Amino acid sequence: MTAVAERPGETRVRGRVVVQRFFLARELGIGLALVLLITVTAIVNSRFLSAQSIKDLLLGSTILAILATGQAIVVITRNVDLSVGSVLGLSAFATGSLFVAAPGTPIPVALALGLALGAVAGAVNGLLIAAARVPALVVTLGTLYVFRGIDYTWATGKQINAADMPPGFLRMGTNAVLGVPVLAMFAVVVLVVAGYYMRSFASGRELYAIGSEPAAARLSGIPVGRRVFGAFVLSGALAGLAGVLHAARFGTLDANAGINSELNVVAAVVVGGVAIFGGSGSVYGAALGAMLLTTIDAALPVLGVNPFWQRAAVGALILAAIGLDRVLMARIGAQLRVAGGRKVVKPAADKGRRPRRA
Amino acid sequence: MAAPTPPLLSLSGVHKSFGAVAALREARLELYPGEAHGLVGENGAGKSTLVRILSGAHAPDAGHLALDGRPVALHGPADARAAGIAVIYQEPTLFPDLSVAENIFMGRQPLRSFRRVDRAAMRARATELFARLGVHLDPDRPARGLSIADQQLVEIAKALSFDARVLVMDEPTAALSGVEVERLFGVARSLRDAGAAVLFISHRFDEVFALCQRITVMRDGQWVSTDPAADLTVDQLVRRMVGREISTLFPRPETAGETSDGDPVLEVSGLTRHGVFEDVSFAVRGGEIVALAGLVGAGRSEVARAVFGVDSYDGGEVRVAGRRLPRGRPEAAIAAGLALVPEDRRQQGLVMDLSVERNVTLVRRWALARLGLLGARSERRFARTWTERLQVRAGALSDDVSTLSGGNQQKAVLAKWLSTDPQVLIVDEPTRGIDVATKAEVHRLLSEQAAGGVAVLMVSSELPEVLGMADRVLVMHEGRLVADIPRHRADEESVMFAATASGEKP
Repeated sequence: MTAVAERPGETRVRGRVVVQRFFLARELGIGLALVLLITVTAIVNSRFLSAQSIKDLLLGSTILAILATGQAIVVITRNVDLSVGSVLGLSAFATGSLFVAAPGTPIPVALALGLALGAVAGAVNGLLIAAARVPALVVTLGTLYVFRGIDYTWATGKQINAADMPPGFLRMGTNAVLGVPVLAMFAVVVLVVAGYYMRSFASGRELYAIGSEPAAARLSGIPVGRRVFGAFVLSGALAGLAGVLHAARFGTLDANAGINSELNVVAAVVVGGVAIFGGSGSVYGAALGAMLLTTIDAALPVLGVNPFWQRAAVGALILAAIGLDRVLMARIGAQLRVAGGRKVVKPAADKGRRPRRA
Repeated sequence: MAAPTPPLLSLSGVHKSFGAVAALREARLELYPGEAHGLVGENGAGKSTLVRILSGAHAPDAGHLALDGRPVALHGPADARAAGIAVIYQEPTLFPDLSVAENIFMGRQPLRSFRRVDRAAMRARATELFARLGVHLDPDRPARGLSIADQQLVEIAKALSFDARVLVMDEPTAALSGVEVERLFGVARSLRDAGAAVLFISHRFDEVFALCQRITVMRDGQWVSTDPAADLTVDQLVRRMVGREISTLFPRPETAGETSDGDPVLEVSGLTRHGVFEDVSFAVRGGEIVALAGLVGAGRSEVARAVFGVDSYDGGEVRVAGRRLPRGRPEAAIAAGLALVPEDRRQQGLVMDLSVERNVTLVRRWALARLGLLGARSERRFARTWTERLQVRAGALSDDVSTLSGGNQQKAVLAKWLSTDPQVLIVDEPTRGIDVATKAEVHRLLSEQAAGGVAVLMVSSELPEVLGMADRVLVMHEGRLVADIPRHRADEESVMFAATASGEKP
């Protein structure tokens, strides 16, 4: 026990400060970018901060934020789910059809069915990935088209209008309580539950472990296949929920609902500080990323930016987010090594992440 | 060990093959409570495979495993852990993004109400474990950036955290300093004295003798002997580890190479990559085969990779025929006449999804191309010439190279590099995992190359191969070149003693 005195307590404290600063930096950075963007836009045009405009922003980011929450859970396990846009479309059209067929269906039932449909789609993804041992990128790229194809087959020539849906359901999509849209409350509940799960439950922590080092996860006795399957079911279920909310918000539905939204979702997750190689980041960050992307879409026209440049601005933001992540990683790595206070045996060993394993 | 005590863990008749390669044949081991047991053997003797079977990571093809006299089957790492078997691997297996405390308890975190993870308890227990180990590590910091020694400490804390009855340590001391090794041994002894069984695998005999009561020797996947440490000497151990006849596989004339006193073709001086290898200097003359021997992790492959320019280095220089090579540029090395047949042919030597002919012509494609276009016919003709010269057995040259057997794949890699007409041929484990007949062919090819004036540098873990082929044996130990043994003085013992840094041959 004499060795206890060998190293003073300062290295301990320093290590912790570094860590805290780092985790703050990730989400805080996105939050600051969001505040900065809103401030600048509001200076240019004060109407950008009106109650209506804020409500629109919240409403606009709701669906993307829910999808990003599910996507973040999948990306944290070093996977990706590209099928979420198609699942959303399928679930939205199913919801509309449900109300056409049974106009009296209670809203909670519609929500539950949407969740269930999405969960089934997610289970298909999860099973294919586990059984066929094909990378998620490929499997979900396939189901992206398969699910959309089912949607097209089902919805061809049909359009469901707001008139087909119960007024109470449509009100849920547009109304606000104390200035906060009802839909945004869904997103907040989803986010808080998912965030709490990922942080406080053993299985949530195991998802991080899997993404951080899959081989070590297996050696730790973590049921890797089952956990990854679960992550895809969650992501699918949230996409299903997002589909129901999409139906409530827009009222008019055809086969194109949610088309091309998957890359937006991945962008939100990456901008939100979730490492694309898994293991770190949070669902809160992903939701903030979704808000930031939505705000950019709303702010750039106000700032007079040519619409052609808006996509480029989003792209630049993604690159900046990844660049920032790398810089932070390198700095945290250097500081932690100093904080460790021991001779570093292999300086090059942890500079770059290992490549993704197929 | 007192005879009436039943073994805590016993393994018998264990077989394990990976494809055509038998890693374990007839392995056995008995661990008694309150015993530290040493396991020694050459590289590839099957020690690590045995560890993986104990940890539940691999299932044996045949054999019995019993705990407390009752047969058990381990279906995965979780089973092994539940049975009280803790493993500290050669390479630490941590989650870089998670905190140290989470790393220790991953998979069996302390829980509070509603099955939530009890972070406070986790942190407190981690702190307690580190206090027991006598080290200060912040349980809240992420594992990323920990030195290898600190990572090893986290692994040890992990093993301690679930009161292991069997603690398996697979070369845990390779990266530790003297103080850290002492600390680790203190922990191992206290576990042992509390009635646990400790299995200690190491190439450092002094450590094995310092810690263990009994020592088991393995060779070629087979059990050789188990004896009380007090009855053994280092000399006996080395003999048992090596103990085989040098086969007649190696068609190297006794006098070959010794006659060549030409100028050195490859000169390496003061080559250093911090933390990997230090101040490595040697030269290889044309027509000479020089073996680079040593234990796994001694830095041999790393030196070979640095010479070829795959990895960069911090200091020193590499000269080919007197001209200095720029560091970290394989294309410059190829242009200067170097060829590297890498250790891992599947990952580094071949493009598995391409055809045999494409693989063979890969380095020569520009020379074969006319006006930048690669003609199928000239490519095929070229590939045919070389595969015939090396007797690569393939169904058709257009088949994927992945369809070939291991030995033929290796010959395809050799064909690829020999076709560049190299001045210096570096081969890293040229015969690993290939059958005996092909092995002999590879050896013949290497001898032919040397006879044709090529300077051959061969990294090999197989002592018979080293002794049978090399004109000189360079031995590395922990990143340094510790011996340069000419052919007439090289034998299994002199090389093993140098590689384990056990001092001069008695």
